[in-house]
Amino acid sequence: MRHLRRLLPYLRRHRARMAWGLLCLVLTTALSVASPWVLRYAVDDLMLKVTREKLWLYSGFIVGLVLLEGVFRYYMRMVLISISRQIEYELRGDVFAHLTRLSARYFQSHRIGDIMSRATNDMSAVRMVLGPGIMYTANTVATFVGTVALMLRISPKLLGLALVPLVLVSILVRYFGRRIHDRFESVQAQLSEMNVVVQESLSGARVVRAYAQEPHEVARFEAANQEYVRRNRGLIRMFGSLYPGIQLLMGTGAVLVVWLGGRMAVAGRITVGEFVAFGAYLAMLHWPMIALGWVVNIFERGEASMGRLAEILDAPPEIRDQDPAPVAALRGEVEFRGLTFAYDGKPVLHHVDLRVPAGSTVAVVGPTGSGKSTLVGLIPRLFEAPPGTVFVDGHDVRRIPLAVLRGAVGFVPQETFLFSDTVRENVAFGLRATDVGEEEVKKRVEWAAEVSQLASDVAEFPQGYETFVGERGITLSGGQKQRTALARALAVLPRILVLDDSLSAVDTYTEEEILKGLRGVRAGRTTFLVSHRISTVKDADLIVVLRDGAIVERGTHDELVARGGFYADLHRRQLLEEEVERTA
Amino acid sequence: MSAEAGAFTEDLVAKSYDRTLLRRLLTYLRPYKAAVAVSFLLIVVMAGLDLVGPYLTKIAIDRYITKGDAAGLAGVAALFMATLLAAFVVRFGQVYILQMTGQKVMLDMRRQIFGHLQRLHVGFFDRHPVGRLMTRVTTDVDAVNELFTSGVVTVFGDLFTLLGIMGVMTAMNPKLALVTFAVIPFFFVITNWFRRGSRQSFREVRKWIARINAFLQENLTGMSVVQLFRREARNQGAFAAVNRAHADANMTQIFYYAVFYPAIDLLAAVAVAMILLYGGGRVLAGTLTLGALVAFVQYSERFWRPISDLSEKFNILQAAMASSERIFTLLDTPAQVIAPARPVRLPAVRGRVAFERVSFAYNPPQWVLRDVDFVVEPGRSVAIVGATGAGKTTIISLLARFYDVPEGRVTLDGVDVRELDPAQLRSSLALVLQDVHLFSGTIASNIRLGSSIPDERVREAARAVHVHRFIEALPRGYDTEVKERGATLSVGQKQLLSFARALAHDPRVLILDEATSSVDTETEGLIQEALKVLLRGRTAIVIAHRLSTIQNVDEILVMHKGRIRERGTHQELLAQRGIYWRLYQLQYKDQEVLAGGEAELPA
Repeated sequence: MRHLRRLLPYLRRHRARMAWGLLCLVLTTALSVASPWVLRYAVDDLMLKVTREKLWLYSGFIVGLVLLEGVFRYYMRMVLISISRQIEYELRGDVFAHLTRLSARYFQSHRIGDIMSRATNDMSAVRMVLGPGIMYTANTVATFVGTVALMLRISPKLLGLALVPLVLVSILVRYFGRRIHDRFESVQAQLSEMNVVVQESLSGARVVRAYAQEPHEVARFEAANQEYVRRNRGLIRMFGSLYPGIQLLMGTGAVLVVWLGGRMAVAGRITVGEFVAFGAYLAMLHWPMIALGWVVNIFERGEASMGRLAEILDAPPEIRDQDPAPVAALRGEVEFRGLTFAYDGKPVLHHVDLRVPAGSTVAVVGPTGSGKSTLVGLIPRLFEAPPGTVFVDGHDVRRIPLAVLRGAVGFVPQETFLFSDTVRENVAFGLRATDVGEEEVKKRVEWAAEVSQLASDVAEFPQGYETFVGERGITLSGGQKQRTALARALAVLPRILVLDDSLSAVDTYTEEEILKGLRGVRAGRTTFLVSHRISTVKDADLIVVLRDGAIVERGTHDELVARGGFYADLHRRQLLEEEVERTA
Repeated sequence: MSAEAGAFTEDLVAKSYDRTLLRRLLTYLRPYKAAVAVSFLLIVVMAGLDLVGPYLTKIAIDRYITKGDAAGLAGVAALFMATLLAAFVVRFGQVYILQMTGQKVMLDMRRQIFGHLQRLHVGFFDRHPVGRLMTRVTTDVDAVNELFTSGVVTVFGDLFTLLGIMGVMTAMNPKLALVTFAVIPFFFVITNWFRRGSRQSFREVRKWIARINAFLQENLTGMSVVQLFRREARNQGAFAAVNRAHADANMTQIFYYAVFYPAIDLLAAVAVAMILLYGGGRVLAGTLTLGALVAFVQYSERFWRPISDLSEKFNILQAAMASSERIFTLLDTPAQVIAPARPVRLPAVRGRVAFERVSFAYNPPQWVLRDVDFVVEPGRSVAIVGATGAGKTTIISLLARFYDVPEGRVTLDGVDVRELDPAQLRSSLALVLQDVHLFSGTIASNIRLGSSIPDERVREAARAVHVHRFIEALPRGYDTEVKERGATLSVGQKQLLSFARALAHDPRVLILDEATSSVDTETEGLIQEALKVLLRGRTAIVIAHRLSTIQNVDEILVMHKGRIRERGTHQELLAQRGIYWRLYQLQYKDQEVLAGGEAELPA
């Protein structure tokens, strides 16, 4: 229970309510245990031929007891299960909050699906411990103590005998619970095996058709299908014997009571009322005994799940403020000084030296995989550069408060990511982190949309800026997405603007317009343009060519074309391409 | 436990029990009529056996305990024990037979769906995401399974139990039975209230959990954007709102459960009280035995279980109906590319391929091919070049008859491919695609696929395309498992493997979509060598991206925007100084650039 111990601080926060819930549980149990005792007196009195008034009394007692019990049972559930939901809420919030602190590297090395499954499936397994786990454990203990105490008063000997099958029930549930879990896993494993066959066969439909492999695929699926049924057979056998087994054992307990208890009643050692009550108590123990085995499984599973959640909570946030310098604003001068950077042991950048004065525009070109994105990603600390290699305004980026640094950078990533929200909210994404008035937000959004050539598109959307994008709304084209992302970056009025190959899906004409608009905006802002297109970069103050992580050429467009290196080659190729386009 | 039991029900579609759906579902049971009948019988027996316990208690009290006859008790106990054992056997048999029948029905259903998917034409998979189709085969089939195993049949079991209890009570004492039955309508009312309320709140919970998932999915995927724009705190707030709504929806759910159980208990207590009151009076008056009274109390406690079960089954029924509707829709999708009723069988395929004025559109009227007309004589080779979107890949798809042409004809040895036996057509072709699709299994099985090709020929083919050396170097050679869609092999090696696959099948016609992905120079050399082997003596249609390939073919077709714009040999086309010439210049440059700087690293 090492991992589950981490839940104690959460539980402690709700200890008053927890105590109240447990008190309700004890009262509920006490009252429910009292009912058969009333039945006992009723039966005994019936044997002695009592008056009708007494019958009214007993009936009233029974209904009254249950009514009162109901009230407490209601509170018990409302309080105990609600606490578990509340803690689930808190824990899930904490997990998410922690995830927002983790670096890009974490999300690249962990599959999103896996994190999701922890935040939902594992969370729910942990919640089961907090809610039903705790409640049924307490309930089992209380019921057990209550009934056993009263059964002891009736006959210790009978109790000893009747308990044997019940204890066996617990053991049975526990034993089968485990085996069933294992078999279930094996069934699930085969299910995903079968899924693989379907998935391969459908996504490779062309190959399957082309090589006329349909019969083979059908046979392959048939084998997986049969195996699935075979494994299910094992599971069904388990299930098929567990519940009848429980019933058999419980029934055996009842038989013992009828037989031995009956004999005792005949012998006058217990009264008939006691005999009936004893049977009722035994029946009351059925559910707790099943629950006992079941609860152990809940705790086991919860422990494993909490372990998986702990892995998230314990992942260290790599990129965060550590001893930040008192920097409140930035002008935007960027410098890379002898920067060498490796990612997962693979060297990506070598000895990059580059000084970009505030307000100037620098373009980075180079083949795929030459390290362009990594280079610009180091500025807002998406990745962590070694100390003393990346500077903004002369401060090592590692010492600039993260909020100040990122607030000064407008980043347009290579892969556009928009949120399923309105166009306005997407463009105003970065403004929501600051205290900008609603009027100002509106103004900035429209201005940014104008510059990024998005405004005219928005005008055609059904609800203008209030149009939803993504699954719940309209689907934007690749170019529209990129322009929205550009507007989002512009809206924060960044000192440093980074376009990481982010106009690739925009047609050349629109790109021309955007660049024209940007030129005005760029004035006074340091701008990084990563691109494959000559047309994008040719007006930059400085163009650097990156190959294998090192700067191999640098200069203006004209200088580089004249030099006849990689850049000049790229230039020639793009001219040719345009020519082919035109002739076609 | 019950609070969690329903947590996996799908969102329900309003359409509940459509008769035709149900009837169609029942046809799946037909092969297992006997098993279903036995299962029914066992359910009835089981319901009967479950009634025995309280009745034996009555006998024990009336005949033996109150009469002071201890000896007779042993008999009752023995009878009781025998009933229990019988119930155990019957219950096990019932569960086993019913569930296995369900499994077999599912087996049949999945087989049918998968078989149908194999008959559908390739275009179907372009429009329907694989993930969703997989749901049909697994999740939907399981939902239908629920219907068979815990739905319909157990409803009868519950009914029998309820009727049985009522019958026995009536037989023991009709008046007292009537008094006791008075609570039954209230059980129904409460259960109904609970079912409605909890289903409503349950839907709320589902809705919010879906929102939580969507929010997480989005924020985790776009976490760097969140961080770059300093939205961590705000998004935590937004998450808290969704998270809170989910918790609140759960609180409503808890409320229903918190009221339901005590209410049921109360009703049961009322029943006991009434039995005591009325029955107690009878006992005093001597018209009812004490044992009967006790038995009544025990029976009355068993009322509510079948009643609450009955309403739960309704949910299962609805979910199953929604799923079966989706399954049947898929099964009813007609296969578009179908074998002709009387296929032409060519005695021997020579390999003459012809496109006769073929026009084609995936989404009419956006024509992808226009009046494409060409012939490839047996053993000759043709290369198709052109920019992306020129319609090159479509030509391949039409020849393999992934789609049928609306205008013109595609012929093999002069016979329209639509008239040929699809099996013969496809076994005379071999298709090598850009993306090499590997199946899980060994290297050898990926070359052989499902065909019965002897090991020796598999190796020969691998040797001929120079992939043998790579394979031998693998830990288990040809028996090495291909993991995770081929992660053990490099891009170039996968290419060669797909060549080996084509060669092993020894087709008359080879269709090749050359990969554009760059490989190291050594592998590139091997690929070119292998290509020569592959093309030798076969009719070949190649979508070419590499200069060396283009220069070796008999004819080059230059496609542009769906039409053949230029045709001829490499030299002829260069002399024309048209599109081909420009493309050539471009590719020449491209290759130079690529040869210069290769560095594949994650950016």
